[in-house]
Amino acid sequence: MRDVAIVSFAQSARARELRNEIEILMPVVHEAVRRSGLPRTEIGFTCSGSSDYLQGQSFAFVGALDAVGAWPPIKESHVEMDGAWALYEAWIKIQTGDVDSALVYSFGKSSPGDIAEVLALQLDPYTVTPLWPDAHSLAGIQARAFLEATGRQERDLAEVAARSRHDAIENPHAVVSGEFSVEKLLAEPYVANPLRAHDLPPVTDGASALVMVAGERARQLCERPVWIRGIDTRIEPQSLGVRDLTRSASTEIAGVKAGVHKGKVDFAELHAPYSHQELILRAALGLGERVAINPSGGALASHPLMAAGLVRIGEAAARIMAGRGDRAVAHATQGPCLQQNLVCVLEGE
Amino acid sequence: MGERSAVVGIGQTKYDAKRIDVSMPGLIREAALAALADADLGWKDIDAVVIGKAPDMFEGVMMPELFLADAVGAAGKPMIRVHTAGSVGGSTGIVASSLVESGVFERVLCVAFEKQSESNAMWALTVSTPFSVAVIAGAGGYFAPLVRGYMRRSGAPEDTGIRVAVKDRQNALKNPYAHVKIPGVTFEQVMNSPMLWDPIRYLETCPSSDGACAMIFASEGKAAKSPGKPAWVHATAMRSEPTMFAGRDQVNPMAGRMNAKDLYAKAGITNPRKEIDCAEIYVPFSWFEPMWMETMGFAEEGQGWRMTYEGATALDGDLPVNMSGGVLSSNPIGASGLIRFAEAAMQVRGQAGEHQVDGVHKALGHAYGGGSQYFSTYIVADHKP
Repeated sequence: MRDVAIVSFAQSARARELRNEIEILMPVVHEAVRRSGLPRTEIGFTCSGSSDYLQGQSFAFVGALDAVGAWPPIKESHVEMDGAWALYEAWIKIQTGDVDSALVYSFGKSSPGDIAEVLALQLDPYTVTPLWPDAHSLAGIQARAFLEATGRQERDLAEVAARSRHDAIENPHAVVSGEFSVEKLLAEPYVANPLRAHDLPPVTDGASALVMVAGERARQLCERPVWIRGIDTRIEPQSLGVRDLTRSASTEIAGVKAGVHKGKVDFAELHAPYSHQELILRAALGLGERVAINPSGGALASHPLMAAGLVRIGEAAARIMAGRGDRAVAHATQGPCLQQNLVCVLEGE
Repeated sequence: MGERSAVVGIGQTKYDAKRIDVSMPGLIREAALAALADADLGWKDIDAVVIGKAPDMFEGVMMPELFLADAVGAAGKPMIRVHTAGSVGGSTGIVASSLVESGVFERVLCVAFEKQSESNAMWALTVSTPFSVAVIAGAGGYFAPLVRGYMRRSGAPEDTGIRVAVKDRQNALKNPYAHVKIPGVTFEQVMNSPMLWDPIRYLETCPSSDGACAMIFASEGKAAKSPGKPAWVHATAMRSEPTMFAGRDQVNPMAGRMNAKDLYAKAGITNPRKEIDCAEIYVPFSWFEPMWMETMGFAEEGQGWRMTYEGATALDGDLPVNMSGGVLSSNPIGASGLIRFAEAAMQVRGQAGEHQVDGVHKALGHAYGGGSQYFSTYIVADHKP
């Protein structure tokens, strides 16, 4: 395997953007490229992640090329997935030896529609979508199953939320942050029993971008390149009836394949849009009590759908670059109830 | 290129206007099972799965690969969903091959599909965001002016497009999977078909189809164990450029020309017309055959129409193009690019049946998309690179 490092990261996240996707994306992409120190013309491959259904238009990603500046024409690809998988495709491309560097970006606006209802369109169109179960309700089913199976309490979920909001105070991209007492959170009404508003991802519009470079060039460009030591992704069948919702079998496989257990983990950025999912993921990856989870505040503080997974990888890399940790686990998810997962092990130079 | 990659399995569904006999999972499984049978493999032999399709609004399901995961045996495995506009089928094949070339996986299944009958492509291509102009023209309305541009520049005879359509429709009669088959199709029949988007006539345009295509790429080690003849990937190339800006040549786009140059350089090809034995080119409207002949370097600029006119691109010509009947005969949009790749590999493997060209050693697969701005191509051969 070729050694590949993340050398720069940039993001934008707001509760409600008046700018369109291209306008949000453009400064983010330019910032990531500028910080990388790599001339734009030297970027070997570009890969992006987004969903037409957020923009409400076919080929929504095509316009994004305007934000990248694809002239002269570029080697480029797109996944209809969270940007974390665009990173995966780019990492694969670098492994083939065809290119030595890549720009990865993703974007999405959740605010124009009712995002939880829009996500019902991800389900089986013949038998499930017609019932229109929204994403929060499906997560509620999973949370209930998890609490019943493990004996954990709603208080445990509120503690995850309170800690995330506290940690997010330092994060300029958080759309929800602050000091909240667990008692106060537990006094709030249910949205999807046993989940309350603090257990849900906040509606966020945003974009993220990063630059990856292989080998020695990464050391030349970056004071502390963040090496991708392992990366893997797995998917489960979608139907809730055939899965054990109280654990994440696909994350367990991806974690082992990515080599999470090969060294000490200083912190983890887990893409857990719902509070109980952090606990499920923590168990799936075997992360002990000493491992700090989501020091950025995580997906409960900021959740630009389609970009949020890539943000986890970017936040982890940025933290290591800043010298606030040496080895981290970053995780991304998509699909109902943690259906598809990606695990990435990052290590500073 | 890293590790060698070879096509060891190919499967296609029957293409039709409405495959109401199958659901989406049934459709893609039909193609995947055919590819597994061709490669003499089972689900457990597959390391990773790549799914490709065009805009999600074509079926009305957001990221449908999520609910399709178990239908293509992806449970517990890596899965990637590719979407690069009309070129997506080609890109899907390229991503699948790159998973093998990277050395990370040894056998990768890719499936590209479209089930256009579940929604309405014309509508899906027309939805516009606030404050933008609704074109309400679909793809034909977008591409017709580019054809006019080509005719004006090249001085090509007005009936070139009709000749392409007749040839492709005759070829389709030899392809058991083809959607549109018109027995005894004639020049007059195409010429007299209704004008849809001047100068594109009804029989010069592609249909809306339901269908899926699957391919299995394998490493050198695994290809050696494959019962069939492998088609070795010699080169892959992708290029993209923005849709609109002043001075952009949409008739012969820079991205297409750079893509061809990159592809031939990687494959060590200096004279594509001589060295490539046949090609499956993405031709959704007849006139795009001569246009892409030029972009792909098979003809000098302004001369592509002569290849059609002189019969060079016919099944018995010196560079047969779209032996399968092409996109004009079957167009499950998201799969159309992968079908080009699959048909090119079938020619190399000698699997093409009635539309097989004799003595094919090297074949080219081509896909394009967006406003003639996305290009995905590959070259396969019967010998290792």
